[in-house]
Amino acid sequence: MATHSNNQYYVPHGSIYPAIIAAGLLSLASGFIFSVATDKSKDLAYLQTPGKWMMVLGAVLILSMVFKWMGTVITESVTGQFKAWEDKSFRIGMIVFICSEVAFFAAFFGALFYMRVFSVPELGGYDLDITPYKDFLATWPSSGPGGMTVSGEFKPGKLQPMAAWGLPAINTALLLSSGATITWAHWGLIKNNRKQLIIGMALTVALGIAFLVCQATEYHEAYTEMGLTLRSGAYGASFFMLTGFHGFHVMLGTIMLIVILLRCMKGHFTPEHHFGFEGVAWYWHFVDVVWLGLFIFVYWL
Amino acid sequence: MSTITVVHHEEHAEHPTGIIRWLTTTNHKDIGTMYLTFALIMFFVGGAMILGIRAELFKPGLQLMNPEFFNQLIGVHALIMIFAALMPAATGFANWMIPLQIGAPDMALPRLNNWGFWLLPPSAILLTLPFTLALFGIGDGALATGWTFYPPLSIQGGIGVDFAIFAVHLLGISSVLGSINIIVTVFNMRAPGMTLMKMPMFVWGWLITAFLLIATIPVLAGAVTMLLTDRHFGTHFFDAAGGGDPIMFQHLFWFFGHPEVYILLLPVWGFIPQILETFSRKPMYGYKAQVYSFWGVGVLSVVVWAHHFFTSGMPVPALLYFMYSTMAISLPLAVMFFCWIKTMWKGSMSFETPMLFTVGWIILFGIGGLTGLVLADVAADAQYHNSYFIVAHFHYTLFAGGIMGIMAGTYYWLPKMTGHMYSEKLGKLHFWLTAISFNLTFIPQFFLGLAGMPRRIPDYALQFAEFNMISTIAAFILGLSQLLFVYNIVTCARGGKKATAQVWEGAQGLEWTLPSPPPYHSFTEQPTVK
Repeated sequence: MATHSNNQYYVPHGSIYPAIIAAGLLSLASGFIFSVATDKSKDLAYLQTPGKWMMVLGAVLILSMVFKWMGTVITESVTGQFKAWEDKSFRIGMIVFICSEVAFFAAFFGALFYMRVFSVPELGGYDLDITPYKDFLATWPSSGPGGMTVSGEFKPGKLQPMAAWGLPAINTALLLSSGATITWAHWGLIKNNRKQLIIGMALTVALGIAFLVCQATEYHEAYTEMGLTLRSGAYGASFFMLTGFHGFHVMLGTIMLIVILLRCMKGHFTPEHHFGFEGVAWYWHFVDVVWLGLFIFVYWL
Repeated sequence: MSTITVVHHEEHAEHPTGIIRWLTTTNHKDIGTMYLTFALIMFFVGGAMILGIRAELFKPGLQLMNPEFFNQLIGVHALIMIFAALMPAATGFANWMIPLQIGAPDMALPRLNNWGFWLLPPSAILLTLPFTLALFGIGDGALATGWTFYPPLSIQGGIGVDFAIFAVHLLGISSVLGSINIIVTVFNMRAPGMTLMKMPMFVWGWLITAFLLIATIPVLAGAVTMLLTDRHFGTHFFDAAGGGDPIMFQHLFWFFGHPEVYILLLPVWGFIPQILETFSRKPMYGYKAQVYSFWGVGVLSVVVWAHHFFTSGMPVPALLYFMYSTMAISLPLAVMFFCWIKTMWKGSMSFETPMLFTVGWIILFGIGGLTGLVLADVAADAQYHNSYFIVAHFHYTLFAGGIMGIMAGTYYWLPKMTGHMYSEKLGKLHFWLTAISFNLTFIPQFFLGLAGMPRRIPDYALQFAEFNMISTIAAFILGLSQLLFVYNIVTCARGGKKATAQVWEGAQGLEWTLPSPPPYHSFTEQPTVK
């Protein structure tokens, strides 16, 4: 029930941005398909270049329209169009959106658990007399019976996993403390202490960037020194897809944090009215929790 | 709480006209109309594809097309009918009716709503583009895996699979945005006094649908993303050589796929009791029981997925679990059927077109449900699996249970949306033609399946010839009689007898308190519900 002191609901004027973003997505998606079409059919190699240009066009359309759209929303916010009733819509919407993100990561965690619990042990259960993969040990981490190639040399089954207590542990510390700093910044916002707010936000952004740098270092190490790649069977696929999608979310979160930091410096937020801040903070905590799941199930156990 | 007003930007007082109006609109009725129109167009595109299939199956042997193209038509028919016809139709009604039924000024997030719709035309293009590209010698057409994308076939397939993967991504974003909007609208935009347990059944149906979409669509997105990386970036999620498993895709896909059935059906289940109470002229029986049954089905639907692939192989305890949990879904459904029949019981019924469709729906969807119970039996399923029996079964649930329900809703609310009455005579003719030709199309397919005719095969043994011929002729009648539906809608939108605000004598609910058609901004003053 709509029980709120304010009784006007803001219905925004029409906007062309959503339709252009949809067109941009069409261009991005079909451009991507054209640029990888040669993987399945060598005849389609000539599509590669036009495909790449379509991707560029799509990305430019999407990014510029997202920029304009967010700009409109910020203008509406600072001109006082959003009151308690609209704010509640945004809050519920953000919670539901984060739930859908949880479901997205659940698919990849589900795949990881399925491979660890069912498919890899099952592949190890074949009779040694008839299987051609006699060296295959059905233990995790596994690159499967087909094995993997490490710096030009074939290694069956067993591979070197990413150690949990090196960079990943540092990353855990970075992200957990960024969760603390953003909360500290929020306290500053509520107390109307602008200095605490801005320092807290700047620290959070710095920690987010530090995380991304560590993650990039780790990937570089995996590819160049350990020979651990996306192609390294079940372990490589689940490792890179899970940490990769998480890293992508950290990147988006960091960009959003930077925007919020700039808005904090411009004084867009008041102690009573700061959904933009909170929405991004919730998103950041979500990314943090996903990382804990990754640290435990991908790196540690 | 009686002076709630809606504020708009000044330029909104005179909204733009022509194509710009539709591209930029944030109005829930405009967006609803676009969804419904899109669904109707895609219904005919998908229908034309399956008429191609039925024409090929008219007699044994290969007549019209090669098997590869046959497979492509089957897969794209299913994807279009599910994602581009049935789901947008339900979302269109959600956009139109939820704000009217709960007394809201608009949907809660109007610009997001616009984006949700405009993602659909690009995905329809992605689904059908491979056919056109193949004409120009680019690629070998659309995906030939059926709509389920099972690897390893989908990993080996051509660019059609990539197009379908991205179409699913865009449709998924659209569904998630729509669901966010509906959940927010239901929780935040209800009129004072409209408690959750006073909400119309349609709103309840959509709320649970939205929860299911939020929980499952991202899983499908993840699954097809893994498929994409398996195809192009060398991952081994579905490849045993790397420690993955093709059957894992079936688990991921059907974790989405089974709830998807209820995503398609729950909004329609919301239409039914409302139409029944209107034309029986008595309040619906067992409102609470129906709400709890909706929840029961919603919760059970996410824990039964593996019954779609009993024959792929799994441990016996798993088979037993999935069999019993699947059968348990029939319990809440039985409660609903009881409530629906009891709503009609001793009512002063009249049979206008929406009521005809609804009563027909109850019988035909009942057949769909009961044949599903047969398929849930692990031992029996080995016989039915991948035969025409399952094709007939899911068309009884999704054509009769889905599309005919949508048609009932269309006739029910069309006078409210357009302000004119449709032709009752044509509507009734449309119902009888649809109901009879539908049964003539699919009853033979039950027999074909029981006799062992496999699905998704362009040729068949001579023994199946008669039933296939009947099915094809009836399918063409079914398809052509849908033109009456379009004619009726178009003439109704253009003019005709004026509809009153109440429209139907027994209609109850907030949407009937507004004039027909409702003003551009629905409830500028929120009503108070007692």
